[in-house]
Amino acid sequence: MYKYDDYDHTIVRARVAQFRGQTERYLAGELSDDEFRPLRLQNGLYIQRHGPMLRLAVPYGLISARQLRRFADVARRYDRGFGHFTTRHNLQLNWLKLEDAPEILAELAADELHAIQTSGNCIRNVTTDHFAGVAADEIADPRPWAEILRQWSTFHPEFAYLPRKFKVAISGSREDRAAIQVHDLGLQLLRDDAGEIGFRVHAGGGLGRTPLLGPVLREFLPWHDLLSYTEALVRVFNRHGRRDNAYKARIKILVKALGAAEFARQVDAEWSHLKDGPSTLTAAEVARVSAQFAAPDYETLADGDLCHLAHQREDKAFARWVERNVHAHKVPGYAAVTLSLKKPGAAPGDATSEQMEAAADLAERYSFGEIRVSHEQNLILADVPQRELYTVWHRAKAAGLASPTVGLIQDLIACPGGDFCGLANARSLPIAAAIQERFEDLDYQHDIGELELNISGCMNSCGHHHLGAIGILGVDKNGEEWYQVTLGGRQGNDAHIGEVIGRAFAAAEVADAVERLIGAYLAHRHADERFIDTFDRLGVEPFRTAAYPNPNQSRRVANG
Amino acid sequence: MANKQIIKERRLQDDAWKVVTLVDGEAPFDVCLPVGPLLVPLAVWKAKKACLIHREYEHGTPLGIWLAPEDKAEDIAADIDDFTVIAVHFPKFADGRGYSTARLLRERYGYDGEVRAFGDIGRDQIFFLNRAGFDAFVLGEGKSAEEALAAFDDFPETYQAAADQPDPLFRRRVA
Repeated sequence: MYKYDDYDHTIVRARVAQFRGQTERYLAGELSDDEFRPLRLQNGLYIQRHGPMLRLAVPYGLISARQLRRFADVARRYDRGFGHFTTRHNLQLNWLKLEDAPEILAELAADELHAIQTSGNCIRNVTTDHFAGVAADEIADPRPWAEILRQWSTFHPEFAYLPRKFKVAISGSREDRAAIQVHDLGLQLLRDDAGEIGFRVHAGGGLGRTPLLGPVLREFLPWHDLLSYTEALVRVFNRHGRRDNAYKARIKILVKALGAAEFARQVDAEWSHLKDGPSTLTAAEVARVSAQFAAPDYETLADGDLCHLAHQREDKAFARWVERNVHAHKVPGYAAVTLSLKKPGAAPGDATSEQMEAAADLAERYSFGEIRVSHEQNLILADVPQRELYTVWHRAKAAGLASPTVGLIQDLIACPGGDFCGLANARSLPIAAAIQERFEDLDYQHDIGELELNISGCMNSCGHHHLGAIGILGVDKNGEEWYQVTLGGRQGNDAHIGEVIGRAFAAAEVADAVERLIGAYLAHRHADERFIDTFDRLGVEPFRTAAYPNPNQSRRVANG
Repeated sequence: MANKQIIKERRLQDDAWKVVTLVDGEAPFDVCLPVGPLLVPLAVWKAKKACLIHREYEHGTPLGIWLAPEDKAEDIAADIDDFTVIAVHFPKFADGRGYSTARLLRERYGYDGEVRAFGDIGRDQIFFLNRAGFDAFVLGEGKSAEEALAAFDDFPETYQAAADQPDPLFRRRVA
């Protein structure tokens, strides 16, 4: 993974000192709340229900065992001994003190960690595929490009006060696992006929109040133009994006208003001045950064380790875990493993300090000392020899990291919701817990099969509910929490925004409604059909009928 | 009247420029121009260009203009060498359009006179403003210009190219 040199260390340390000064001036009353807000936000510090929340960056989801231990240590000493991994690879601490934030950032900086631009109206943490570098369907490794963009966007002087936040995702594989079509800027790595690397550029996608898939601006942007083109694009957004209404300030609204062709033309006009300028990437820089993501020192192994196969035959629980939580690897004899952060009784994405340390131990022993955070809010060990899987499973189980449910209903995605977040209209976690409890039986879950269920506590859509086969959105109606259900959403190459099925449900009804939806799927499915396939074949109607058994209820849609 | 002090070229300096603003409903050609160096709004520059240039020729009064966030650098590109000062107003510091304006003035149109930021800005904006091409700063009310001087050194190194540094770090990096 990328190792800081003196330049990187200098820049992050300078930030720590700057933020320490800003916090001191705020606490001394020299900075007003309004003045301090964007400064603290650009350091990941929110003021939430319980006080400050600190969002720590995990750049493109990659973290070393040493860094994860540092997180565990900080969570234990400054917080309540756990943290929450988000859908954008980051780690949130919910119970710290504002006065401690500068010291926390100073400690993190020693291990090349920071909270830079994890919030605020600036360019945010770049996200990518949690199987980067190990996926068999990879065209090119997205991580060096994510790091190059991280450096370019870090303290970009022109783009600290954009109309709204700006999120970039990069996919390097044939199957998009980074949800690039729902980002402000989505980049798909490609190779042209000559084998040269470039990007298909999507812009103006997003979720929130106005869910949109980002149209293609360029089919093939040569790699050396990545920064000059991105600079042109963000400049057009900075100059022309709406600033009169926060709900209409994302780039997607500008792209939609102008039309993709006109927006692309404006970006090209701006780019014509920047193209081939000093920000043009050099082969030397790409080589310098890429070298730090070189493949680890793999052993030469045969695929299908015999011990591993034997354990699967003999131990049904292990076999089930392998089926769900172990993923193909491009190197023979290796596998990628998901350490699940989902189980009834714990908020999705939450990890205790002990769990973080256990994951760090596993990574050091069995996976070259690196961990990834997936946007499904789990941890990934990307490079585990197959012969070690049985041991890894036992140890993960002991740490409560081995729910054999990846991709199943219990692996649902949820934002922290109204229990923690100041923006939420409704709580997400009790809904997640009720659903996880309802479907706790493993045989039942495995019978239902792959199902993406996403919960957001408000229209900001941090739980990506639009992309769930079943999406649940918390809405506020006269001070009460209600939940709107969408169906048919999905991420990936064939990304879809789910459609609302009818009136919202009360909190106590949600798990029942989900069970009825799944009942409809089980009743109608063909062999080998996933929930989403049956939905595609039959459309929304049989599901709507199932969701609202009393026909009078579904008609009261108007106020959703 | 004693001149006020502003931050210019990284130190406090006296300043004599006055900002002309249009009151509600006032037509740009009606505005009365007081003596001395003036920063006029774009609309006044367009309406009274001949008169303003005359002041410079006949009385040696230097020309200045100020741009609102929505005003474009392109709008004054043809006249750019006429100005001794181009100021950019920040009614709210969270409106970052002025940063693009300054970079365009410097990097696209090659303006090498004073580019001044004024309005709702303070020491926490100076580092980025300076990188974007501003070299003079009139801070918001109640802000200490003296204390703000330290902000120029907030970061000893930067990754990207900008008005202050034509080469990104990757072209300068020494292993």
